[in-house]
Amino acid sequence: MHKTDENLVVNMKKVNKWFGEFHALKDVNLSIYEGERIVVCGPSGSGKSTLIRCLNGLEKHQNGTIEVHGTVLNDNTEAVKKIRKNVGMVFQQFNLFPHLTVMENCILAPVENLHLSEAEASKLAMSFLERVQIPDQANKLPGQLSGGQQQRVAIARALCMQPRLMLFDEPTSSLDPEMIKEVLDTMVALANDGMSMICVTHELNFARRVAHRVIFMDEGKIVEDQSPKDFFENPQTDRARLFLSQILNH
Amino acid sequence: MSELLIDIFGKPHGIIIFQLVAAARFTIYLSLVAFSGGGVVASMITFLAVSPQPGLRKIAQTYIWFFQSIPLLMLLFLTGLGVPRLIGVDVNPWTAATISLVLFTSAYLAEVWRGAIAAVLPGQWEAGFALNISFVSTLKKVILPQAIRYGLAPTVGFMVQIIKGTSLAYIIGFSDLMLTGKRWANAPVLGSEPFIIFPIMAVIYFCICYPLAVLARKLEAEDLAKS
Repeated sequence: MHKTDENLVVNMKKVNKWFGEFHALKDVNLSIYEGERIVVCGPSGSGKSTLIRCLNGLEKHQNGTIEVHGTVLNDNTEAVKKIRKNVGMVFQQFNLFPHLTVMENCILAPVENLHLSEAEASKLAMSFLERVQIPDQANKLPGQLSGGQQQRVAIARALCMQPRLMLFDEPTSSLDPEMIKEVLDTMVALANDGMSMICVTHELNFARRVAHRVIFMDEGKIVEDQSPKDFFENPQTDRARLFLSQILNH
Repeated sequence: MSELLIDIFGKPHGIIIFQLVAAARFTIYLSLVAFSGGGVVASMITFLAVSPQPGLRKIAQTYIWFFQSIPLLMLLFLTGLGVPRLIGVDVNPWTAATISLVLFTSAYLAEVWRGAIAAVLPGQWEAGFALNISFVSTLKKVILPQAIRYGLAPTVGFMVQIIKGTSLAYIIGFSDLMLTGKRWANAPVLGSEPFIIFPIMAVIYFCICYPLAVLARKLEAEDLAKS
């Protein structure tokens, strides 16, 4: 992996974000390169979700600069659209469209944005549904699927836009324990294909297996940014040590 | 029709009932006009009310707040008597009643629909945006199909309010069930005393409104069964 300016996926400089009085992101600097897989962890309220939600403009940062695939994110709708075109997102609550079938969920955006016909989009969607191993559920409504299946549909739906970067916002946090594995396996497979990923998660085994870097956040700041090995074996800060001991000994 | 009613109820009641039922047509027409016109205006106001532009939302909020704060009777006076006198033109009762009821209906429906849209989980908007689907398409294809669930029952229920609301239009000379009934009640005819006429009118209003009330309740029950 070459870390040059040309293959910079995300470039955040001194990014600050407030929710009213609450200072959610404090002077965040972060560079992520093509093909990198980042796991973001930290205690709740530390700004992990806010960080990735700022990357596709679901939240607006107040100052500092965010560049995604070379486009500066600002109030300009065109810039936001250009960035979102290449950035897929998977949510904790899946956020599938409950009134549409699995297939309709997947083809809505490609038909709308890539100007594909429904037949072309369905073909594309089917290939991704096969990849997440639920092609047989294509005509069901999300409510008829298990949580794990729903989250895999959500991953397929995001992939249908053929993004260059995938954001995962606690993708397994609202799943029953026996369903976490199927979602993580899907994500690992995606990682093995070389997709750039930023993943907010507490699944530390996943971090160990696939992450190039682990970012630890606390109180809106990036406190550590290390390889998984270094982070787990040799955390630099007391805060990270405390966090790890709590999460590993529960 | 009139003969049939006279045969059944005799004079003058057969004639009275015939005239009241005939006048009730205008109550229904005015309700339909108010509902469809109000619905069109309400759609536009609702669109502004959920827009991402704070300025547009403010306009919609102000509109809703303004027309919800004015009694319908006051709107009728203003459009039927006040403004025409002010600018020196004649406005016929149909026009005045239509304008008043459209303003009144649109404000209430817009608030109901805005609420129905707000009831859809915010994650649905976010999923649409994250997939790079535009605001209008997300609204149309993702949000509205879900919002209809929340908005349908109160919308049908509100139609009952409109029908009853039209009864106020008699005050500016709109000839409907109310005006015709009041004329009979005031007429020096034996058998058309208020205690006879008003119950008949109430029954007619009830016959128009009751099916809608039942429908609203049914929709609500269906919605509960779904969730």
